Amino acid sequence: MNNNSIIKKIGMQKVITLGILLLLLIFFSLANPTFRKYTTFLSLMGYTYYIAFMAIGVTFPLLTGGVDLSVGTGLICYALAGGYLVVYKGWPVWLGLLIAVLFGVVIGLFNGFAVAVLDLPPFLATLCTCMITRGLGSICSNGTGVPWPNGSAEGAWFRNLFRLKVGGVSIPIGIIWVVLAVVIMSIVLNHTRTGRYVLSIGSNKEAAKLCGINVVRYQITAYVISGFFAGLAGIAFAASFATIQPGLGAGFELDAIGAAIIGGVSTAGGYGTVTGTILGVLIMSLLKTGLPYIDLQANWQQIIIGIVLIVAVMIDIIRSRRVSA
Amino acid sequence: MGEVILTMKGIDKSFPGVHALNHVDLEIQKGEVHALMGENGAGKSTLMKVLTGIYSKDEGTIYFEGKEVSFSNPKEAQTAGIVIVHQELNMMGHLTVAQNIFAGREFRKGSFIDDQKMIEESNKIFKRMNINIDPTETMSNLTVGKQQMCEIAKAISHDCKVIIFDEPSAALTESEIQELFKIIRDLKKQGMGIVYISHRMDEIKVITDRVTVMRDGTYVGTIITEESTKDDIINMMVGRVIYEDPKTKSNVPKDAPVVLKVEHLNAGKMVKDVSFELHKGEILGFSGLMGAGRTETARALFGADVKESGDIFINGKKVVINNPMDAVKNGIGYLSEDRKRFGIVTGKSVAENTTMATLEKYCKGPFINKKKEKKTAKEYVKRLATKTPNTEQLVVNLSGGNQQKVVIAKWLVRDCDVLIFDEPTRGIDVGAKSEIYHLMNELVEEGKSIIMISSEMTEILRMSDRIVVMCEGRKTAEINIEDASQESIMHAATLRD
Repeated sequence: MNNNSIIKKIGMQKVITLGILLLLLIFFSLANPTFRKYTTFLSLMGYTYYIAFMAIGVTFPLLTGGVDLSVGTGLICYALAGGYLVVYKGWPVWLGLLIAVLFGVVIGLFNGFAVAVLDLPPFLATLCTCMITRGLGSICSNGTGVPWPNGSAEGAWFRNLFRLKVGGVSIPIGIIWVVLAVVIMSIVLNHTRTGRYVLSIGSNKEAAKLCGINVVRYQITAYVISGFFAGLAGIAFAASFATIQPGLGAGFELDAIGAAIIGGVSTAGGYGTVTGTILGVLIMSLLKTGLPYIDLQANWQQIIIGIVLIVAVMIDIIRSRRVSA
Repeated sequence: MGEVILTMKGIDKSFPGVHALNHVDLEIQKGEVHALMGENGAGKSTLMKVLTGIYSKDEGTIYFEGKEVSFSNPKEAQTAGIVIVHQELNMMGHLTVAQNIFAGREFRKGSFIDDQKMIEESNKIFKRMNINIDPTETMSNLTVGKQQMCEIAKAISHDCKVIIFDEPSAALTESEIQELFKIIRDLKKQGMGIVYISHRMDEIKVITDRVTVMRDGTYVGTIITEESTKDDIINMMVGRVIYEDPKTKSNVPKDAPVVLKVEHLNAGKMVKDVSFELHKGEILGFSGLMGAGRTETARALFGADVKESGDIFINGKKVVINNPMDAVKNGIGYLSEDRKRFGIVTGKSVAENTTMATLEKYCKGPFINKKKEKKTAKEYVKRLATKTPNTEQLVVNLSGGNQQKVVIAKWLVRDCDVLIFDEPTRGIDVGAKSEIYHLMNELVEEGKSIIMISSEMTEILRMSDRIVVMCEGRKTAEINIEDASQESIMHAATLRD
């Protein structure tokens, strides 16, 4: 009885997700002893950071019943733009980071405007910005790769924000930022008007409108949040990988959206949590890092992730059937 | 007249909480147009759904061409020769006329569709109907009237013997109606039995041979159209029995101030030059038949739909209402007729729904004070006697009546001065109904004002202090409760110009 109520409180889907996460960890550790190394953990985290930021952000448009497909190519575009100014124009790194985030916010505003004001279907509107940011990224960087400062170069300090080197040991302190983002955005979702209205719009937009809720404003807010976090994801990506190539990023958004859905965010909107999303992210990044250890390369990873997603969507459909019954 | 082709005898059908059909009889002869009349909710549609196999009957028998039949789905009824032409057209706009007519039973040549044959067959049917439509035309390019003809052609193509028209003229222009009548007369000559459901009294007089009237799920009687007057039919429709005590006089003082004034409101086809006043402490009933434009008027007033023109005054001051946000700011609350779609957020809890329109009152800075929210929700659950285990319960798990109470709570929390109740008791059982009536009376006693849209005559007569009657987007009458009767309201509700 007691156990049941705890499960109920956390949510069945999260319990299942957590269970799968643990099973995967155990499985990979047993299947290949080299998986149990600290470096694996570090590379796992490298994947986790940017997917986590993207996924936390994209959770909000998903909750309104929309979607944001522009976060993948977006994050690369923002990191390229910021990095180009830093590396080739000599701007200070902090300003480059700020530009990356602001760029994300602007694209988010644009998405929100297209969806809420122009009433375009979110899928189409953000598919367009997905293509636009992909092109913009290449233009911003003049078509070349951008190596954000590394090693002992001036400005390489920002990499320490995610991986602090202390006496030859790397500490993945990026975890702090992810945890912070999860906590803050959980509070936003569950304890502020913004969160409540985002969920209400996703559950029943018409009813929300007839309550006198400013539906346009909160829809835009959701896309701005998504853009902002795509900007942060850009920074995390820049910090975790040596060089950023233009043209990258297509398909990243599917990792993020997939993570959110695995974590229990309803594809129809109105239901989901940020903590669920982050569990989904961990499954995603664990599959990405772990599968090569059992000799399953990229193609197999995608098949397996696809299957995991189908299961997650089925759970979602069964649940929404129950709610609308 | 000819021999009987269809007999329905003692048809009985119940839904949970509603006795929809109570031993209803209907008899259709070959070559007759038979009107089926009754108020909204009298059971006409249910009866036709039983006939065509959409609903199964609890009791009774159906004889078709002398044999007892029982259809378990519309397809079976179609195959036997009973077809219904629905009020809403079920057409695929991107396909051609011929493709629509033969949708689902395409002619084939080997494994390919034989479009040529479908076009030929369509032409044959149109010729038989004496109308001129190109079968290769895309459906959405046709006028509504022509689309309706195609729907009829589709029915005929089933080689049907009984054809049911469910308010066929609702969307048609005068000349299209004349064309429709011509076709109906042709079909009649060919010996088909035709059931014609309509609210339009003058059409009934013109086109039908006999009229069967239903009321509250019971069979009232069948009369020959030629030998009866419009008033005879209306009397049969409203009946003499009054179930609930109607209000005998208005409870609103003569000098009560006007809280809401609407002048010359226009919005689309369904709201044409509507003006009215609402006094403090008044329940203003909006009566009319389905599609009279009452909900559309309310939605336009509330800013949920775009209005073309018209002024709104609140407490004598002119206000601009362009969207629901403006309306709510001006103290108007709207309880939609379609609770599931527009009223509640089903996947959210009772507490969340209760504070939905007032959330800023429950916030400190950006944060929601959930304790305060829960306290208010509990208060209103108690005040409205909402049956829910707790305030965290998802609204979807409540019964219709209790869902409605949550919606009412939402607007009570908002403390609106003007509340628009659109079909407040639709789909609600009798017990909860009287609770909601009681609550509405309480609200007007507190000095709130209510606009109540209702299709139930007894509800209108029981609750309203004054009644606005609408027909086809226009206000056709404004009646004080002292002078109101079912007959006078029904007369105004069928007053076409």
